[in-house]
Amino acid sequence: MAISNFETTIGLEVHIELKTNSKAMSPSPVEYGAAPNQNTNVIDWGYPGVLPQANRGAIEAGMMAALALHADITPDLHWDRKNYFYPDNPKAYQITQQFEPIAKDGWLEIEVDGQKKRVGITEMHVEEDAGKNTHGTNGYSYVDLNRQGTPLIEIVGAPDLTSPDEAYAYLEALKETIQFTGISDVKMEEGSMRVDANISIRPIGSKQYGTKVELKNLNSFNYVRKGLLFEEQRQAKAYLAGETLKQQTRRYDETTGETILMRVKETADDYRYFPEPDLAPIHIDQPWINTVAQKLPEDAKTRRQRYVEELGLDTYDAEVLTQTLAMANFFDATVAEGANPKRASNYLMGDVNAFLNANHQDLEDTKLIPKHLADMIKLIDEDVISTKMAKQVFKAITDGQEPVQYVEDHNLKQLSDPAILLPMIEEVLDNNEQSVQDFLGGKERATKALIGPIMKATRGNANPNVVNDLLHQALEARR
Amino acid sequence: MATDKITPEEVEHVASLAKLALTEADKEAFTRQLDKIFGLVDTLDEVDTTNVKPTYTVTDLTTALRDDVAVPANETQKLLANAPETQENLIKVPAILNAEEEN
Repeated sequence: MAISNFETTIGLEVHIELKTNSKAMSPSPVEYGAAPNQNTNVIDWGYPGVLPQANRGAIEAGMMAALALHADITPDLHWDRKNYFYPDNPKAYQITQQFEPIAKDGWLEIEVDGQKKRVGITEMHVEEDAGKNTHGTNGYSYVDLNRQGTPLIEIVGAPDLTSPDEAYAYLEALKETIQFTGISDVKMEEGSMRVDANISIRPIGSKQYGTKVELKNLNSFNYVRKGLLFEEQRQAKAYLAGETLKQQTRRYDETTGETILMRVKETADDYRYFPEPDLAPIHIDQPWINTVAQKLPEDAKTRRQRYVEELGLDTYDAEVLTQTLAMANFFDATVAEGANPKRASNYLMGDVNAFLNANHQDLEDTKLIPKHLADMIKLIDEDVISTKMAKQVFKAITDGQEPVQYVEDHNLKQLSDPAILLPMIEEVLDNNEQSVQDFLGGKERATKALIGPIMKATRGNANPNVVNDLLHQALEARR
Repeated sequence: MATDKITPEEVEHVASLAKLALTEADKEAFTRQLDKIFGLVDTLDEVDTTNVKPTYTVTDLTTALRDDVAVPANETQKLLANAPETQENLIKVPAILNAEEEN
C-alpha cells in the first residue's frame, strides 16, 4: 500500500477578531497597537466583584458572520464559562458559547482546479479573546491585557476538506467572506485571523475516520498548507509502518516545515464548562435578524459580477479590485463620484497599488480620497490633462491635494487652442521641409518626425489628438 | 454520605488544573470532603427534572446588552498597582509553562 491509497480528512477551526469599538464584556476600547495595558479596566482584569457587560455589537457582528456563511442563527442562546488557568486570562475562565452557539449549519463555497464545492460550517461561537503573553528568557513572562476581552468569532468548519489545497481555498474564501461583511480585518499577520487544523487519514474506502491530529502555530495560509502536507505524509508513513496513531496536538515549525508534538493539553472535561451566571440569556428574533441583514454590505462575489456585467470590467480586474474590502469600497466610491470605471480600475490596480506597496500603507491610511481620484480621471477624460501630466497630479492627490485646483495652480492644462498651436506647428513645418515633402509624397509616417518637435515646442503640454488634427490640416494646406 | 466516587488521583488532577500544590494530608482531606459533597449532590438526582427547563441565570433579564461604545478607563497605573510585579506597564509573572503551550 502506498501513500496514495489514503484519503485525507481536514477540518479547520478559525478564530476571527471582531472589529467592534469596545470589548465583548467591558466598555474598554478595542484597538490594535495601543500601549501595554492601556485599553483595560477592572472587568478585563477580573477584579473581585465586577460584572461583565455583554456587547450588542459583538452579537450583531456574529449574526453578520452567520448570515454571510448561510448559517442558522440560534434564537435562544446563553453564555458559558470555559475554565483554565493562564496568566493572560485573569478571570481564570473564558466566556464563550459552548452549549448554544450563535449559529449552526452554514456553508462556504470553495473552488479548487475549477471544481466548485460546498464546505460545511458546523457551528460558530462568539467569545472573548485572552491577553497577550510575551515570554522572557529570564524565567518570567510579561502580560499585556489589551487584547483580553476582545470579541472573537470561532468558526468551526465541518471535516469536509480532503486536501491541503482545499484547506487553503477554504481559508481564502472564508477570509474574503468575512472581510466583506466588514466585521473584521481578518489579518493573519496581526492575529485578527487564527487557524487551527484537524487532520486525519484513512485507507480509501474505510468507513471510520482515522485518529485526528490537531495542528497549531499556523501563522499564514501557506503554513497551513505546508503543515497539512507534512502531516499527511507523516501519518501515512506511520500507518504503513504499522504504528498506531495517537490523538495529539502538534505545532508547526516554520523553519523546518515539520510538525512537532506538543505536551498533552487539557481535555474538554478539564475545562469544566458551565453556564455563565453573570450574564442574561439572549433572544434573537426575526426582526432583529432582518435589521442586521440590511446592514450587511454587498459580498465580494456579487460585486465582481456587478463590475463585469454593469461596469464592463474584465474578470481579472474585478478579481483584483475585490481582493480587499477597502479597495472595492474605494472603487465603488470613485465610480459614484462620476469616474469612468475602466480608468478608475486601471488607476487603482496600477498607480494606487504601486503607491501603497512603495509606502507600506493600507488604502484607508492614505490621504487619497475617491473624489480626488474621480476628479483627476475626469480631467483626463475631458482632455484637460494628458495621462503623462496625470502622473504629477496623481502624486499631488496622494498628498491630499484637490486635483482641479492643483492643475490650475501648476498651469498643467493641456494646450488645445489652435490659435496658439497653429503658429508653432507652422514654424516646425518651415524647419522640416524634407518631412513635409515626404508626407505630401504619400508617406503618412512622416508625421511622426514632425510631432516630436511640435510637442517639444509646447514643452509636452499639447493635447496629442488636437496636435495631430492641426498638423494634418497644416500639411494639406501646403499641398 | 460517602460515595467512593472521588479518588486521590482525581483530586491531584483537579489541583494541578487549578495550579494548587497540595500536601499528602491535604489530598487525603480533600478526597474525603469532595466525596461527601458528591454524595450531597447525588440527592439532587432524586428530583424528577423531566420537562424542567435548565436555569442559566437567576434574574428575569433577557438580551441585556450594552451598546458598542468604547469608554477608556484611563487607569492603567491604578490597575498595575495591584499586580505583584510589573515592568514597563506589563504584568510580570513567573513563566509557568513553556512557550509551546501558548494558545
